[in-house]
Amino acid sequence: MSSTADTVEREKNLQGIGCSRKRKEDPRFIQGKGNYVDDIKMPGMLFADMVRSPHAHARIKSINKEKALALPGVHAVITAEDLKPLNLHWMPTLAGDVQAVLADEKVVFQQQEVALVVADDRYIAADATELVEVEYEELPPIVDPHKAMDPDAPIIREDLVGKMEGAHSKRLHDNHIFTWEVGQKDETDRVFETAEVTVKQEMTYQRVHPSPLETCGCVASFDKIKGTLTVYITSQAPHVVRTVVSQLSGIPESKVRIISPDIGGGFGNKVGVYPGYVATIVASIVLGRPVKWVEDRIEHLSTTAFARDYHMTGELAADKDGRIKALRVNVLADHGAFDACADPSKFPAGLFHICTGSYDIPTAYARVDGVYTNKAPGGVAYRCSFRVTEAVYLIERMVDVLAQKLNIDKAEIRFRNFIKPEQFPYTSAFGWEYDSGNYHAALKKVLEAVDYEGLRKEQAEKRARGELMGIGIVTFTEIVGAGPSKTCDILGIGMFDSCEIRVHPTGSALARMGTITQGQGHQTTYAQIIASELGIPSEDIQIEEGDTDTAPYGLGTYGSRTTPVGGAATAKAARKIRAKARKIAAHLLEVSEDDLEWDVDRFRVKGSPDQAKTMKEIAWAAYNNVPEGMEPGLEAVEYYDPPNFTYPFGAYVCVVDIDKYTGVTKIRRFYALDDCGTRINPMIIDGQIHGGLTEGFAVAMGQELIYDEGGNILGNSFMDYFLPTAVETPHWETDYTVTPSPHHPLGAKGVAESPHVGSIPTFTAAVVDAFAHLGVTHMNMPHNAFNVWKKIHELGLDKRS
Amino acid sequence: MIPGAFEYHAPTTLAEAVSLLKEYGDEGKVLAGGHSLLPMMKLRFAEPSHLIDLNGIDELRGIREENGVIHIGAMTTENELIASQLLWDKCPLIPEAAKLIADPQVRNKGTIGGDIAHGDPGNDHPAIMMATDASFVLHGPDGERVVPANGFFLGTYFTLLEPEEILKEIQVPVFPRNTGYAYSKLKRKTGDFATAAAAVVLQLDGDICTKINITLTNVGPTALKAEEAEQLLTGKVITEDLINQAAEKAMAICDPAEDLRGDVEYKTHMAGEMTRRAIRQSLDRARGN
Ligand SMILES: Cc1cc2nc3c(=O)[nH]c(=O)nc-3n(C[C@H](O)[C@H](O)[C@H](O)COP(=O)(O)OP(=O)(O)OC[C@H]3O[C@@H](n4cnc5c(N)ncnc54)[C@H](O)[C@@H]3O)c2cc1C
Repeated sequence: MSSTADTVEREKNLQGIGCSRKRKEDPRFIQGKGNYVDDIKMPGMLFADMVRSPHAHARIKSINKEKALALPGVHAVITAEDLKPLNLHWMPTLAGDVQAVLADEKVVFQQQEVALVVADDRYIAADATELVEVEYEELPPIVDPHKAMDPDAPIIREDLVGKMEGAHSKRLHDNHIFTWEVGQKDETDRVFETAEVTVKQEMTYQRVHPSPLETCGCVASFDKIKGTLTVYITSQAPHVVRTVVSQLSGIPESKVRIISPDIGGGFGNKVGVYPGYVATIVASIVLGRPVKWVEDRIEHLSTTAFARDYHMTGELAADKDGRIKALRVNVLADHGAFDACADPSKFPAGLFHICTGSYDIPTAYARVDGVYTNKAPGGVAYRCSFRVTEAVYLIERMVDVLAQKLNIDKAEIRFRNFIKPEQFPYTSAFGWEYDSGNYHAALKKVLEAVDYEGLRKEQAEKRARGELMGIGIVTFTEIVGAGPSKTCDILGIGMFDSCEIRVHPTGSALARMGTITQGQGHQTTYAQIIASELGIPSEDIQIEEGDTDTAPYGLGTYGSRTTPVGGAATAKAARKIRAKARKIAAHLLEVSEDDLEWDVDRFRVKGSPDQAKTMKEIAWAAYNNVPEGMEPGLEAVEYYDPPNFTYPFGAYVCVVDIDKYTGVTKIRRFYALDDCGTRINPMIIDGQIHGGLTEGFAVAMGQELIYDEGGNILGNSFMDYFLPTAVETPHWETDYTVTPSPHHPLGAKGVAESPHVGSIPTFTAAVVDAFAHLGVTHMNMPHNAFNVWKKIHELGLDKRS
Repeated sequence: MIPGAFEYHAPTTLAEAVSLLKEYGDEGKVLAGGHSLLPMMKLRFAEPSHLIDLNGIDELRGIREENGVIHIGAMTTENELIASQLLWDKCPLIPEAAKLIADPQVRNKGTIGGDIAHGDPGNDHPAIMMATDASFVLHGPDGERVVPANGFFLGTYFTLLEPEEILKEIQVPVFPRNTGYAYSKLKRKTGDFATAAAAVVLQLDGDICTKINITLTNVGPTALKAEEAEQLLTGKVITEDLINQAAEKAMAICDPAEDLRGDVEYKTHMAGEMTRRAIRQSLDRARGN
C-alpha cells in the first residue's frame, strides 16, 4: 500500500494544479533572451515606415511619390491607388465594417495610414516618409460623439452614404453605426413609472489605450518560388489572422504561416488586424523580399485600438429599502472613424449586458448606439471581456448613487441586492446564466479584513475636520471565456479553443494550444494542468503556442478565455490520453479496466496497490505493446466548445486620502478579494492580480486619450499617457475565496482581467465617496490631481480663512 | 522617432568644441546628456546636421569649492550632483532638487549644464539657479564672461547664450548659516516635468527673515522670480498669514501655458500652493526643526 507520505511526495514532484510553480518564461525574459517581432531578422529584409495624416478629416487631393522614390535605398512607396487593383485598399473589420488599409481619397483621423514607404533600412525609410508629398483639403472634423448625429454634421464615411442597413441594425444617420437593444423596454419603463425611488446618473468612460509595452509590428516574407507567406506578427489571435490574410490575399490558408513569437503584452490591443500589417504583407508580396514594419510609441498610441469611450446614462428603480427593481441604460459609443471593435460578431456592444452585475435585478433594458467620429478606430476589450469593464463600472456606480440617495450604507445596499448563493445557477434579466458565486461571503470577508466600521468612523471624524477621505466598495461579476459557439463567433468561426498533446515514448510530453501567451505564463500553467491530469511532472511538459503551422486552430487569448476555454481543452485532451493509458495499463497488468484506479502518476489495481503501471511505463508501452486492435502512440487533440461562460467575481475596497490644496489622491489601502474558482497557480494569480490592479489604477487615475476640437490627438506619448511605475503604484493586498465553476472540467474561471474590471470603479467610488457628504454622486475619470482639484475648487473646499 | 541624418564630432577640449561650433554655425549643436536634444531630434523638431559631443571634455566636469563658491562643471550629471557630499554640505538645495528631476535613466545622463542651457521653463535647474544666486561661465570664441542666473533666461528655449558659446561652469555661493531652503514640486508621476514648483532660499536672523529668494518653475515662459513676494517677507517675522499673502503675490506673476497637466487656473493655484509649502519648509529648516 502506498503511504500518504509517498503520495504527497509524488504529487509535489508533479508541480501540478495548485502549486505556485515559478514561471518557466522568466529566465528567458530577465536575461534579455526573449524573441519579439522586432528581434526577427531575415536575409535581405527591408524596412517599412508609414506616411500618416496630419489632419483629422481631409480630402486627399494628390500624392506625389517622386522625391521619395528618388532617394537612394527606397524600394517602393505604396498608396491606396496601388492597392486598388488588388482590391486590398479596404479590409473587413471584426465588427462587420470595412476599414481603409491606406487612406482612399479621404483621411478620417489624425495619424491615419496614407502611404507605406519601403527602404533598405529604417533610417532611409523614415527620411523618405518626409519626402512623400500629400496635398490635403481640410474638412471639418467631428470630435464630440454627441454631435455626430446632428442634422448638419459632416459625413465621415462617404463610402457608406446611402447604405442605411448596417451590420447590426438600421443606421439612423450617416455617422450612425448601429442601435443595439436588449432586455424588456416596456416592462422596464413601467417599473420606473411606479417605483418608490429612482436615480439617474450620466457618466463618461473616457477613451483609453491598452498600451502594451511592445508596440505592434510584423515581418512579412513572401517566397515567390514556393508561393508561401510567413508573417511574424504581434497578434493575440494568430489563427484568425491566418484566415483573414488568406481571404484577403487569395493565398491558400495552407500556404500562409502566422507566427506570434514572444508578445510584449497585448491587453486586447493585439486582437485585430491593422493596416500596417496588411500593407507590409502586400509590400513583401510585391517586392518578393521580407519586409519589417514596427510602429513607434506615438503611432501606437495614436492609431491602434483604443478602449472604452462609452458615454453612459444609468437609471435604477428601487423601493425605499434600496431593493433594486429595474435597471435602464442608454449608451452612446464613440467608435472612431471605422467600426473596428473586436467583439464576438453578434454583439456590437460586446457582453455589456452583464451590467446587472452581482445583483438580483428582475427587470432591465439597455440600448447602445454606436457612432463614427474623426478619431482612431478601436473599442477593444482592454484587459477585460468585451465591454465588461464598462458594464461593471455602470452598475457599481449606480448602486452607490442609489445608496447615497437613500442614505443607506454602500456595503449594506449590496448585501440587500446580491444574488443569493442558493440562486445559482442564476439567470439574469438579460438572459445570462451565472454559473456559480457566493457574493455575501466575499464581501463579508473583505469588510472584516479592512475593519470597515472603523474606517467609516475615522471618515466621520475627518469630515468633521474638513479633511477628504473616501472609501470605495465594489462587488463585481465578470463574464469571461467566450464562448459558446452557438452565440459567439469571430468572422463566422466559433469561439472554441484547442489543445493537442503528444506523450513521447520516454514519458515526457509536448502540448500545443490555439491560444497565445503575452505575459500570462501559459507555458507554466498549462503544464500544471497536464501534470495533474496525466501524472507527468510539469518540468517534462513542453508548451508551444503561436505558430499556426504547428498549433491546432484556436481563437487566441483575450477576454480571459485561456483558462475557461483553452484550459478546459487541455484538461479534456489529457483525459483522452488518460483513458487510453488506462486501457494500456489494464493490458499490461492483465486486469480489467474497471479494476484499475488512478493514483497521482499511475494506474494501480484496486486492492493490490503494489500492482501498478506508472504513466512513464505506460507511455513506453504505447509505442511497443498496446492491446490488440489499438493504434500505437499516445496523443490527443481536443477542440473545446464551452457550454457557458464562466463568471468570476470579487469584492474590493479602496481607501483614499485627498490633498484638498493640490487635488492629489493618495491610495492609502486597496484590498482585493477575487474568486476565480479552482486556482491553478496561486503565485501567477497574484501576479496577474497585481498587474490588473495596477492597470486599473492607471485607467482610473490618469489614462486618457484626449483630442482637441480640431481632432488633434493630445497626450499620445508616455510623457502624458499614464503608465504607472513602481513609484506611483499603491500597495496591493490580495485575498480569495474558491467557488468552482460547475461546468468547467477543472472548476476554473478566468482571473487576470478581474482586477482591472473590478478596481476601476473602486477607485472612482473611493474618490466620489470623499465628496459624498457634499452631495457629489459621481466624478468622471481620470481622477488625476487636476480633475479632482477642479471639484474641490468648485465646492470651495480649498478656501483659506 | 528617427532623427534626420547628422555628422557626429567628439572634441576633447573646450577650444576644439568652440571652434567646431564656430565652423558649423547654425548647423551645429552641442550634445550633453541628450535627454532634451535627442527627443527633439527624434521628433524632427530639431535637425542639426552636426552634433558636437561634449562628453569627452574633462574641463567641463567636476565639483569643487573655492573661496566660498562652489564650481560645478556644466557636464556634471544629475546623479553626480546627487552623489556630491560637498553639495549636500554647502548647497543642499541643488542635489535635493536634482532628485526630483525626471527618472533614474534621465538623471544618469542628463547634465546640469544642458538643463540650464536648454532654456525650457519646465526644467528645474533654472529656478534653482535663480534661488541660489548662481552665475554661469560662458565660454566663447572671444573668451569667457560670467553672467548671473537672474536675467539669463529670456524666453522659452531662449537664453543669453550666444550660438557659438558653451556653458562651461556654474558658480554657486555656499549657503550661509541659518539658511533655510526647499523645493516643492508637484508632478503627475515619475519622469514628469513640474505641473508647478517653487524654490525658496531664506536666511533668518532670530525670527526675522533677512533675505529670501522665491522662484517658480513651469508657470511662465521662463523660470520666474517672485520679487514682490520676496519683498513682502524680507525684514519680517514670517507668519502663516504672510505666507498666504506671499503665495498670492507669486500667483499674480504666473503666466502658465495650458496643457494636459492643467489649465491656467490650476497651475497658478499650484504655484501658490508650492510657494506656501516651500516657505514653510524653509522656515522649519532655518529654525533647525
Ligand atoms: C522623460 C524626461 C523627463 C524629464 N523631466 C525633467 C524634469 O522633471 N526636470 C528637468 O529639469 N528636466 C527634465 N528633463 C530634461 C532633462 O533633465 C535633460 O537632461 C536636460 O533638460 C538637458 O540636459 P542634457 O544634458 O540632457 O542636455 P542635451 O539634451 O544634450 O542638450 C540640451 C540643449 O542644451 C544645449 N547644451 C547642452 N549643454 C550645453 C552647454 N554646456 N553649453 C551650451 N549648450 C549646451 C544643447 O545643445 C541642447 O540644445 C526630462 C527629460 C526627459 C527625457
